[in-house]
Amino acid sequence: MAEIHLNKVCKSYGDVDVLFGIDWTIFDGEFVVIVGPSGCGKSTLLRTIAGLEKITQGEISIGNRVVNDLEPAERDIAMVFQNYALYPHMSVYDNMAYGLKIRGLEKDEIERRVNHAADTLEIRDYLDRSPRQLSGGQRQRVAMGRAIVREPSVFLFDEPLSNLDAKLRVQMRLEIKNLQQRLGITSVYVTHDQVEAMTLGHRLMVLNGGYVEQLGTPIELYEKPATEFVAGFIGSPSMNLLKAKISGDGTKAEFSDHNSLYLASALPSQANRQVTIGLRPEHLMVNKTSQANMSIKVNAVEHLGADTLAHGEFEGCDEIVTLRLHGIVMINQGDILPLEIDPDKVHIFDTETGKRLE
Amino acid sequence: MVENRPYVTFMAHAVLIFGVIIVALPIWVTFVAATHDELRMTQIPLPLLPGGHFFENLNEVLFEGVGSRGSPVGMMLLNSLIMALLIAVGKISISLLSAFAIVYFRFPFRMGFFWLIFITLMLPVEVRILPTFAVVADLGLLDSYMGLSLPLIASATATFLFRQVFLGVPDELLEAARIDGAGPMRFFWDILLPITRTNIAALFVILFIYGWNQYLWPLLITTDQSMYTVVMAIKQLLEAAEETPQWHLIMMTTLLAMAPPIAVVVGMQKLFVKGLTETEK
Ligand SMILES: Nc1ncnc2c1ncn2[C@@H]1O[C@H](COP(=O)(O)OP(=O)(O)O)[C@@H](O)[C@H]1O
Ligand SMILES: [Mg+2]
Repeated sequence: MAEIHLNKVCKSYGDVDVLFGIDWTIFDGEFVVIVGPSGCGKSTLLRTIAGLEKITQGEISIGNRVVNDLEPAERDIAMVFQNYALYPHMSVYDNMAYGLKIRGLEKDEIERRVNHAADTLEIRDYLDRSPRQLSGGQRQRVAMGRAIVREPSVFLFDEPLSNLDAKLRVQMRLEIKNLQQRLGITSVYVTHDQVEAMTLGHRLMVLNGGYVEQLGTPIELYEKPATEFVAGFIGSPSMNLLKAKISGDGTKAEFSDHNSLYLASALPSQANRQVTIGLRPEHLMVNKTSQANMSIKVNAVEHLGADTLAHGEFEGCDEIVTLRLHGIVMINQGDILPLEIDPDKVHIFDTETGKRLE
Repeated sequence: MVENRPYVTFMAHAVLIFGVIIVALPIWVTFVAATHDELRMTQIPLPLLPGGHFFENLNEVLFEGVGSRGSPVGMMLLNSLIMALLIAVGKISISLLSAFAIVYFRFPFRMGFFWLIFITLMLPVEVRILPTFAVVADLGLLDSYMGLSLPLIASATATFLFRQVFLGVPDELLEAARIDGAGPMRFFWDILLPITRTNIAALFVILFIYGWNQYLWPLLITTDQSMYTVVMAIKQLLEAAEETPQWHLIMMTTLLAMAPPIAVVVGMQKLFVKGLTETEK
């Protein structure tokens, strides 16, 4: 059981700066997810918490103990790697028991812990097998078993599901979530997959290029993305981010001569300025009755069964807009669709800084 | 390419059989000669079928030696075996440790040391034989197992090979071991050695044969007959002064000299092939 404090954590490899002053407090028992595009420094951040990388500046503490200079084994953590990193020459049992043996635990105690973890993860039948005789999902379980038997105060996961096929990923995702809930161990989970992040995390850190874009619960990130980056990253299909000009009185965003929308509250400070408007595909509605101020010409339709996706362009500008309609909706290429959106669901970002405007 | 015409099949087999004959015929002649008595080997034509004196000859060669002053070949075989094992095991141990240091530790002049080791590839025993002899003589190692094996142990080839093998081991294994609390030497013993065991075996086969077949070096530093190795001894059997060569015994010695390398290759065949071809760790 432990809180993790990250205090202005910086990391560089020689001249290359990877992390820029990360501040975060992860509460006891919390499940947090670090999410961001590939190469943004997620793994590096996780590895600094694990102690596999030394930080160049700042301070990391786990359970009120500054761990900057502690070896990974002394930090009371366990880590699950993307490619499992099982010892190929040891049986499943030995893989799980190895760390406990090094710590000098009694044989009985090791056996008790390994068997208990094996029961929890339903890998009891494979204990004598070698890792190469297991499927990807089973290996993943063994890797988690190796973490559990240590009874650590922190779990670290580095993209543990990305080597699994889509179906298994969904199943394992749920299992990890349940397991964490049951054990109540503080967990930090790294992924580039925003769906995984949204479903797993109590709170998320969106990382981009070594900077924190936003911290918050999945719902906060979805409803109030702090930056244009977060807006585009969270949600699938991703948010439409469209260039627009705020009208002279600050009440309207104009995409082109014939396409505009009213804002929930006027933004006189941005009058006549260029901004980026964010519209989620699922919030756009087709409205043939009222006087819509926007319409698109459809140039592609995707039927997913549960949803229908339509992609089209505003007349007079070549911005692509995607909308997601519930159920099967018959739309044809070339149709003109008048669109409408609840003004409360319009996101406005400063085009230059990418920051949210309210 | 899979061809299925009878003519092609026939040609392929003919070529292969021809190749086998070229390789096997001298060995067959050696074997046949080793099964006849002295008298038969001086008559013409030379026999092409085995005779009945195999065990007699074997016994004589192993325990009495060839010629009036020859020492028992059994002892030479033992010397060869000890030398080959010392060389193979020594080379492997030293190379494993130096490759481990170069791959897994950051120390000043790391690459400098690597290249230093690497350029010794250009200096095989034959090139440095005089200074090496002087050093070994000064250390008082002439006519000893240490003198026979030590100068041949330093090996850039094996170090380089293990470096490549270690570089192929995923970093995550080391990291998992660090999280499990394994120190460097523990990681080496518990994880690195077991997972590179096929590579070690393959290298052992190569180095054993290399050590066994050494000719020039043992010839140079052994003067005591009890330290002779079998490969260098064969040559001297032919030169036994004022005696006609005893072909049946010489051939028996040759057979015995060939046997251990063959045994090692055959016995370790599976590991050998795996160690040379396996890429995934
Ligand atoms: N050992 C290293 N040496 C130099 N640069 C590194 C090293 N490890 C990672 N990096 C760089 O740090 C950045 C972040 O890497 P990483 O944390 O692995 O990203 P990801 O978010 O995909 O996990 C990348 O640009 C990568 O090139
Ligand atoms: Mg990564």
